[in-house]
Amino acid sequence: MTLANSNETLHRKREQSALSALNWVAVRPYMMIFPAIIVFTLFFLYPIGYMIYLSFHDWNFVSPDKDYVGFSNFTALLQDAKFQQVLRNTFMYSFATVSLTISISLLLALWLNKKGAMYGFVQGAIFSPHIISLVSISMLWMWIMDTDYGLLNWFLNLFGISNIPWLTDPKTSLLSLIIVAVWKGIGYYTLIFIAGLQSIPKDIYEAAALDDTSKVRTFFKLTLPMLSPTLFFLTIIGLIGSFQVFETISIMTKGGPINSTNTIVYYIYENGFRFFKIGYASTAGVILLLVVGVFTIIYFKLLSRKVHYQS
Amino acid sequence: MAEIRLVNIVKKFDEDTVVNNLNLTIEDGSFTVIVGPSGCGKSTTLRMIAGLETPTSGEIWIGDECVTNMEPGKRNIAMVFQNYALYPTMTVRKNIEFGLVNKKVQKAERDSLIQEISDIVGLTDHLDKKPHQLSGGQRQRVALARAMVKKPKVFILDEPLSNLDAKLRGQMRRELIQLHKRLGTTFVYVTHDQVEAMSMGDQIILLDKGVTQQMDSPMNMYHDPNNVFTAEFIGTPPMNILERGHLNAVLPTLFEDVKYVGFKPEHAEIIAGSEERQDHVVLKSEILTTETLGAETIYTVSNAAGMMNVKRFDTPIEETNDVQIAIPYEKLYFFDGQEERIRFIEIDRTAPQQPKPVLVGGV
Ligand SMILES: Nc1ncnc2c1ncn2[C@@H]1O[C@H](COP(=O)(O)OP(=O)(O)OP(=O)(O)O)[C@@H](O)[C@H]1O
Ligand SMILES: [Mg+2]
Repeated sequence: MTLANSNETLHRKREQSALSALNWVAVRPYMMIFPAIIVFTLFFLYPIGYMIYLSFHDWNFVSPDKDYVGFSNFTALLQDAKFQQVLRNTFMYSFATVSLTISISLLLALWLNKKGAMYGFVQGAIFSPHIISLVSISMLWMWIMDTDYGLLNWFLNLFGISNIPWLTDPKTSLLSLIIVAVWKGIGYYTLIFIAGLQSIPKDIYEAAALDDTSKVRTFFKLTLPMLSPTLFFLTIIGLIGSFQVFETISIMTKGGPINSTNTIVYYIYENGFRFFKIGYASTAGVILLLVVGVFTIIYFKLLSRKVHYQS
Repeated sequence: MAEIRLVNIVKKFDEDTVVNNLNLTIEDGSFTVIVGPSGCGKSTTLRMIAGLETPTSGEIWIGDECVTNMEPGKRNIAMVFQNYALYPTMTVRKNIEFGLVNKKVQKAERDSLIQEISDIVGLTDHLDKKPHQLSGGQRQRVALARAMVKKPKVFILDEPLSNLDAKLRGQMRRELIQLHKRLGTTFVYVTHDQVEAMSMGDQIILLDKGVTQQMDSPMNMYHDPNNVFTAEFIGTPPMNILERGHLNAVLPTLFEDVKYVGFKPEHAEIIAGSEERQDHVVLKSEILTTETLGAETIYTVSNAAGMMNVKRFDTPIEETNDVQIAIPYEKLYFFDGQEERIRFIEIDRTAPQQPKPVLVGGV
């Protein structure tokens, strides 16, 4: 072996090792996110994919055959008068819950955003429902809203108002569920609003005071615009959360009376696990996914503009 | 008529007395600077004038109106805040317009006022920007414009230049002086920078721990301090204050109970170690550091009486060890045990000369 020859092999070896080092650098990031990818695929992508797959099939949960039916689940669902009511209920419930929760919480936050033991206590008190399980809350409110023995009607009787069948009359049942959701939500919303209010610099209020600004104008021209990121955040997460309401409905009304409180998630549950129409339930699931998806996209699109963020 | 009078003003936060029995008069049309070390109650005083704080006791008068309990918005005062406090969600135009809308000024008049003011402060090209799109100096101008547009009786400014760099600060300082000349309105200006106070004010109020130390014109403040605090606060570098006990060997006999002796850095001369001077305090010294600033040189010297500054305008001295500093008797300032100035003093020059009473005062 000549010297030149051995030099050449050495050179090649070095080149090879350089190449593998390069590969390693390129591969390393993928290696590092691999575990997360596995989890994501297994628990997010696969179920979503499988749900979409099922929405094109007819399946009763036990039979080994899943019959491919094309879009017929979709056409049936969209023509289903019951599902149309379910969608209406869901939107009604969501918009009412979110707008009421936000307005009440904002007023509470304006009132509670002060120093003092009393304010801390009230804040704690209205926050407590947030940490109680929805099952307990539902049980509690079933009793409060009981037509004959409920606390609410007893209280209204004091003012001469006769018994209202809160949960058993289709006219009031959805409203009752909205009341429960608002009651549970205001503590958390108020807390976030107070945090938002406290992040507004004091001195712009002082500047406004020197500008002889009325309270109302200060609120609409300074406070509200400064709170807009908070407001926007709470609206979107509130809507997305409300679209998926299930526990209170399942425990308090089971979607009734006469379908008046049936919402998308409860409808999915009903079709899937009571009527064993898995394909049909999956189709409703796809629709919910689309609705939530649209709101999420709006959220991120609008987040980048329109809303004021402090620099 | 917008003379501002503070009468026996006391301000406590819980048990902390921040302003203690303050009495002062800010003349109509003056440019009054309130100066003092950090935490001495300058902002608190200003905020009481503006109505953002209520005094614990005492009265505030603007012109012939007692405003102690009047709402800030009704006092006809405009304030420029240290960090500007612009309305972040509004454009420059809206910021300037905001107060006018509150005053129910008509749209056409508002527009012409905004135009006029933004011309004065040079913001015309930036009217449609939001505050976060502006530089520090531009924000400063918006804050000024917002204050000016209201045509207030009194302007109050709380360290408005402290966030700017040195060059811009100098420029804004001159602009503010011109602005004051043009408007003729009373300006009350807070700063902790004595250079700013000296260069801008026609009346200076020096505060310490919520108590007025001296209220005077810049020149008097500088040449005729009331006490050790003023003497040590004003001037770059400030007056050297020495304990009289360290100077007994070089001072003539003093017929007063003098505790401290002071002299200004520029009144001392540096002379050769062997030189002698009549009617001078002469101290054998060593030069520790030399700061050459171009036109002037500041020496830190050490001697039997301690460390002190000397400021000279001639060429820097090379020799650092065998030197003396000489201060003429008539340039000495004397203070008593309470650190108060003793203005008239007799010096016994008997040893070795004849007795000859001399008036001193460094003037
Ligand atoms: N809201 C408050 N509550 C309690 N103490 C306060 C309050 N505001 C000011 N102080 C105290 O009052 C004193 C004077 O404060 P002030 O803000 O007037 O000082 P300053 O002279 O403006 O100082 P700086 O030059 O640092 O701005 C300080 O000791 C401060 O701690
Ligand atoms: Mg201050």
